[in-house]
Amino acid sequence: MSAVHVAGVSKIFNEGTPKQVDALVDVNLTVEPGEFVSLIGPSGCGKSTLLRLIANLLEPTTGSVAVNGKTAAQSRLDQDYGMAFQQAGLFDWRSVAKNIELPLELKGWDKDKRAARAKEMLELVKLPEFADLMPWQLSGGMQQRIAIARALAAHPPLLLMDEPFGALDEMTREYMQGELLRICAETKTTVVFVTHSIPEAVYLSNRVVVMSPRPGRITEVINVNLGANRGEDTRAADNFFAGITAVREALRGTHADHANAGAIRGVEDR
Amino acid sequence: MTAMNRLRNFLTPLAFGVAFLAFWEGAVKFFELKPYFLAPPTKILSQFVENISRIWDAASVSGMNALVGLIAGTIFGVSVSFLLSRYRALGELITPLAVALNAIPIFVLVAVLNNMYSITSEVPRRIMVSLVVYFIVLVNVAKGLTQVKSTHVELMRSYAASDFAILKKVRIPNAVPYLFTALKISAPAAVITSFVSEYFGGSQNGLGSRITSNIANSKNAAAWAYVLGACLLGLVFYAVSVVLENVASRGSGATNTSNK
Repeated sequence: MSAVHVAGVSKIFNEGTPKQVDALVDVNLTVEPGEFVSLIGPSGCGKSTLLRLIANLLEPTTGSVAVNGKTAAQSRLDQDYGMAFQQAGLFDWRSVAKNIELPLELKGWDKDKRAARAKEMLELVKLPEFADLMPWQLSGGMQQRIAIARALAAHPPLLLMDEPFGALDEMTREYMQGELLRICAETKTTVVFVTHSIPEAVYLSNRVVVMSPRPGRITEVINVNLGANRGEDTRAADNFFAGITAVREALRGTHADHANAGAIRGVEDR
Repeated sequence: MTAMNRLRNFLTPLAFGVAFLAFWEGAVKFFELKPYFLAPPTKILSQFVENISRIWDAASVSGMNALVGLIAGTIFGVSVSFLLSRYRALGELITPLAVALNAIPIFVLVAVLNNMYSITSEVPRRIMVSLVVYFIVLVNVAKGLTQVKSTHVELMRSYAASDFAILKKVRIPNAVPYLFTALKISAPAAVITSFVSEYFGGSQNGLGSRITSNIANSKNAAAWAYVLGACLLGLVFYAVSVVLENVASRGSGATNTSNK
């Protein structure tokens, strides 16, 4: 059973109006359990839209989306996935631990069980001493680690991430990439990851899905052969650069369209 | 260092205030201004001390009107803002109206309200105060309930949270700082409305009516003493709203968000 199965999906916004946008056309994608798949492409290629269709935050115009062998709607109701965004989106009026407990509260867990899980998650993201602080007392990178802890608090099999490191500086970003790989390996979580960064996509992924805009579609899927144990050495390895080159060339193929395309921009990149 | 700064923050305006009063006193003495034109601060202060019990009584009446109106207006404003956030179409109808009404001096309505109740009734004044407060609270709290971060709403939807859970865990906590901002604006507005509504008839028992009657009797210094009482009452209302805000936001980080 696939973790994610997207079959013949199209998404059209404002259908039949002058503002009609074909965000996605005939998209097919299968993600196997334990896989790390990145979606990359220029603005307006529909990568965030695709992520939201998997999350059932949007409904496809045509086609079907299945998550863990269920409909996307059912797996949202069952909280089969966790989600993280570019903004950490922590709640300012809740302590760090209470932020992590939020999805568990909504699942109806009792207080002790929630506290125990929050503690476990804080240890996973290596911030155990920050439980009682308020979010605004943390740096951007720490906030994003708490957001990941929150997304994984209910131990979902799938993690959906929308440019989670986009707002971080380069140093923090590379550190967070390493942490994310470690956390996903420890928890055996499947990840679908939206990004603008080619090195980030290659470093993290088993497969990089290259998308192009107007209409949004998948143009190429590139397998990355960096093995399971990736570390700082990986960033200097030959096959890392080979992966970057492959993704860049695939993107360049889409870039010509992009540059020549019309004035409609950035539907999915809010 | 911080203690020094705090002292300086306090001393500078104090020194300015004292200098201003001294200038006032000096000007009255130097130009031999007539008492009906401008009373000197020392005279106003002695009148204040002399009339302290009457000023206190008048302040109690005006203060009670402001307080009752403030509480009623806040309850009413919060209730309606919940309705507006629930039924968006209603909000689109009412919010522009509330904003427009907020921009005009609606407290003149008290003249009309006075006709509806007996001449000694405090009810028209209280209704007037609550109307002024109501619009301030409504506009702010409705904003707090509806203008939540899109990331927060998407996150809650990804947890399959019900509308009620989103209200309880996102919208209401988000609206709390807005409510206290509204209170901070409406507390002084309530006091001002309470005074001004006394100018439109009714019992001559509040600070506003005492100021007018003393001026009518050419007791300029006494009128100023009541003005001083009115200023102090306004300050008390404002100070209490600031303290309430600090207590409510302590540890919640709400002040931090509102300051950003």
